[in-house]
Amino acid sequence: MVFQQTAFIVIFAVSAISFIFSCYQRLQLIAIGAPENRFDSPWTRLLGMFIYAFAQKRVLKRPYGVNHLVLFWAFLVLLLANGEFLLEGLIPGATLAAVLPATPYHVLTALFDIVSLVALISVVFAFARRIFFPPEYLKNDYAKPASGEALLILGMIATLMIAFFLLNGAHMALGQTDQWRPVSAAIAGLIYGLPVDTLQGLAKVAWWVHALVLLAFMNFLPRSKHMHILTAIPNCYFRSLEKPNTQPKEAFTKGARYGVSSVDQFSWKDLLDSLTCTECGRCQDLCPAHNTGKPLNPRRIVHDIKLNLLRNGPILSVSYKGDMPLIGRATDGTISEEAIWSCTTCGACTSVCPVLIEQMPKIVKLRRHLVQEKVQFPEELLSLFENMEQRSNPWGIAPSERTKWSTLLGDRTFKPGETEYLFFVGCAGAFDSRNKQVTVALATILDCAGVSWGILGKDELCCGDSVRRLGNEYVFDRMARENVALLKERQVTRIVTQCPHCFSTLKNDYRQYGLEIEVIHHSELIAELLKSGRLKPSKNLNQGRVVFHDSCYLGRHNDTYDAPRAVLTMVSGGQPGELGRNRENGFCCGAGGGRMWMEEQTGSRINLERVKEAIRQEPDTLCVSCPYCMTMMDDGLKDLGMADRVRVKDIAEVTAEALGH
Amino acid sequence: MLVISCIKQVPDTTQVKIDPVTNTLIRDGIPFIINPYDAHALEESLRLKDRYRVRTVALSMGPPNTVSTLRKACALGVDEAILLSDRCFGGADTLATSKVLSAAIERLAQKEEVGIVFCGKQTIDGDTAQVGPGIASRLGFSQLTLVDRIESVDLVRKRIKVRRKLEGRHEIVEAPLPVMITVVRELNRPRYPVVAMRLAAEDKEIKVWDNSILKLDVETVGLKGSPTWVSKIFSPQRDQGEIIGDGLGDPDGTAGLLLEKLLAKELLAL
Repeated sequence: MVFQQTAFIVIFAVSAISFIFSCYQRLQLIAIGAPENRFDSPWTRLLGMFIYAFAQKRVLKRPYGVNHLVLFWAFLVLLLANGEFLLEGLIPGATLAAVLPATPYHVLTALFDIVSLVALISVVFAFARRIFFPPEYLKNDYAKPASGEALLILGMIATLMIAFFLLNGAHMALGQTDQWRPVSAAIAGLIYGLPVDTLQGLAKVAWWVHALVLLAFMNFLPRSKHMHILTAIPNCYFRSLEKPNTQPKEAFTKGARYGVSSVDQFSWKDLLDSLTCTECGRCQDLCPAHNTGKPLNPRRIVHDIKLNLLRNGPILSVSYKGDMPLIGRATDGTISEEAIWSCTTCGACTSVCPVLIEQMPKIVKLRRHLVQEKVQFPEELLSLFENMEQRSNPWGIAPSERTKWSTLLGDRTFKPGETEYLFFVGCAGAFDSRNKQVTVALATILDCAGVSWGILGKDELCCGDSVRRLGNEYVFDRMARENVALLKERQVTRIVTQCPHCFSTLKNDYRQYGLEIEVIHHSELIAELLKSGRLKPSKNLNQGRVVFHDSCYLGRHNDTYDAPRAVLTMVSGGQPGELGRNRENGFCCGAGGGRMWMEEQTGSRINLERVKEAIRQEPDTLCVSCPYCMTMMDDGLKDLGMADRVRVKDIAEVTAEALGH
Repeated sequence: MLVISCIKQVPDTTQVKIDPVTNTLIRDGIPFIINPYDAHALEESLRLKDRYRVRTVALSMGPPNTVSTLRKACALGVDEAILLSDRCFGGADTLATSKVLSAAIERLAQKEEVGIVFCGKQTIDGDTAQVGPGIASRLGFSQLTLVDRIESVDLVRKRIKVRRKLEGRHEIVEAPLPVMITVVRELNRPRYPVVAMRLAAEDKEIKVWDNSILKLDVETVGLKGSPTWVSKIFSPQRDQGEIIGDGLGDPDGTAGLLLEKLLAKELLAL
């Protein structure tokens, strides 16, 4: 007995030290990351941690998530049971019974027993899912659903539960305990009557199996994807409180580095993210690039950062250069440039991740390095960047043409102190011939409702959305400063936009530049004007079957899902139909993140994939709320030869038609 | 060896309009850009710098605000940028401009051997294509115009072989250095600056040489030294177009109508 206890104390001490050392090593790896303040607003963070980590809000978005929630809470409860188990192994008699009155203690042991059974059932489900019906998104080029690692962990948990039942069952069969343990009691019933020696032996074996597997499990955690058991909760606490698309500003001082080319240039939170990834595959499931055969997989990006960190981290803490490139030919731990440029910044990955990993901002950081330090980018972006700097619009059209759409409306210049809304037309709204019709429609709507509005005319500048998402932060920085100065000089207090990209940039990104004004997307304003009765749709125009495609920058990035639907419901005489993937799960048109200005050469085209999805709903009118979406949907329909069967319309156009225009 | 690129700051002509009353350019609020052809000249000098480690100088004659264009050249990587600016240089035509630029090149040549002078084939505001050849004539340099490819450069034997882009054909020619080369857009793709260089260019010294340094006879430069004078600038009137026939419904008939019209105007003959 003494020998056994001594042996356990030694084994425990070794594994505890090893566990603490592994955790310390991982912490050191995280600490090589760049500083970033994620320590503000503790109450908001705590609340979020409760919602996402403990209540598992996002895990539960998929039905199978229930199984994970059950396992997670079983784990929390059994943490207490296992703590008691280890303590008693070290100090005989040190159980909860020593500090708790009999009844609560019995309730607790009964709870442990039932929860263990629930956990065991959960594990059986997990085994079955991984082996017999794994979902597509668990599959990947670097991990398969029934991987050795996944099965080992599940096996360990199952073993722990079974050993726990056998141990308690044997104790009960021996009459050594009066605890309430319904499941163990059932086991005891099965083995009751076996020789005492056998039962004692069984108890001893079960105890040792339980003890050793528990310690092995603990030590295996930090070295596997199950690290998330330790990191997911803090990762949820340290989540970004900003909109996920609002990348941090860069400081343009001499000698500084721009973007990320080495893993230690990521922030510590980025590195914590990489160690938190559970490889659940949800991001890969929604990613438009991955779904159309591009080399980008957000899960793979996070995985490669982790591999790179594990390899380069220890080197980088003593040297300035690692021995595995972060960007280069795609291998384990190295991300290809093509993957980096494939991102549409639609934000599907960041909005679906159960543990709040920020995949997309990492891609933008990598782009920043490529653009600003390497000048390595797809060649079609060169003219975009030059047009933006030279003429402040993506096409390089003369700024004097910005007001062409308004020639029939007379002078609509914004007058400081008089005009209520600045109508920020946006480049597409001012220059793109199809989109100019949307601009006119919105102007008509505002006039019909008697809203006081004005434009900056040829003084309007591009908001800089594309250059920022493309990683050209230096140019964005200058554009943002100019814009903010202009808006302040004109004393603008309220802005309405028809482009979700202008909307999100003015509203979220410019806050980093000290612009705190009301920015509203036309879908919200039109909905408000319709609800308050300032707009009275008179005509019941037959738009046929109307379906709505979500814009990522309006929906996912700014949580505006209801306003455009409300508008369509009020002006087209019924609720719009939904596409298969909608709202939070909406599928990008393919033009975000500067992809609008780039060729799409690998795989199938994102816009075609989306248009095909739309056609499945057999619409007559495909409604959008974004100029990029409009171009992409229009092009997609033309490619499929469906342009004469399905019309693409902005919600403003449908509204203007219903108003009789 | 020194490789010089001559660059001009021009108004962004796509944004320039002509005042119909005064017949002058409306330059108010029009941003300036580097003359696009000169951007290719600059780029080629930088490529030679990357390859042969020659020293590069960007040279520009213009008003003081030309400094911003020269700063862009610094951000792209030229070693030195010199602005030739003096009130007496103002209003120059191509003859007077080439005189000032040549004087500056001669001054540079006193200290360092000048190998190649790159110019854009023409500017987009004047469109004369005379300044480059003017420099070559004045300095007695070999003159290679409309170059769209550098075939080879031999800095030891001091020879250069280039391809000239002519109408309908190419011409490969070789010339001894020093040489003045005017370039076309096909020659290269101008680079995009890295941020670190842009920041460094922000407070890089741009030398300004005025006539107290170049010491040219004021009667031979600027407006006084320019035999060309502009009598009038105007936008040519364009006749209103018209849509004939029904192209969608009757493409054949419409094509016939178009043919008749072109024949009537003697733009086509049977």
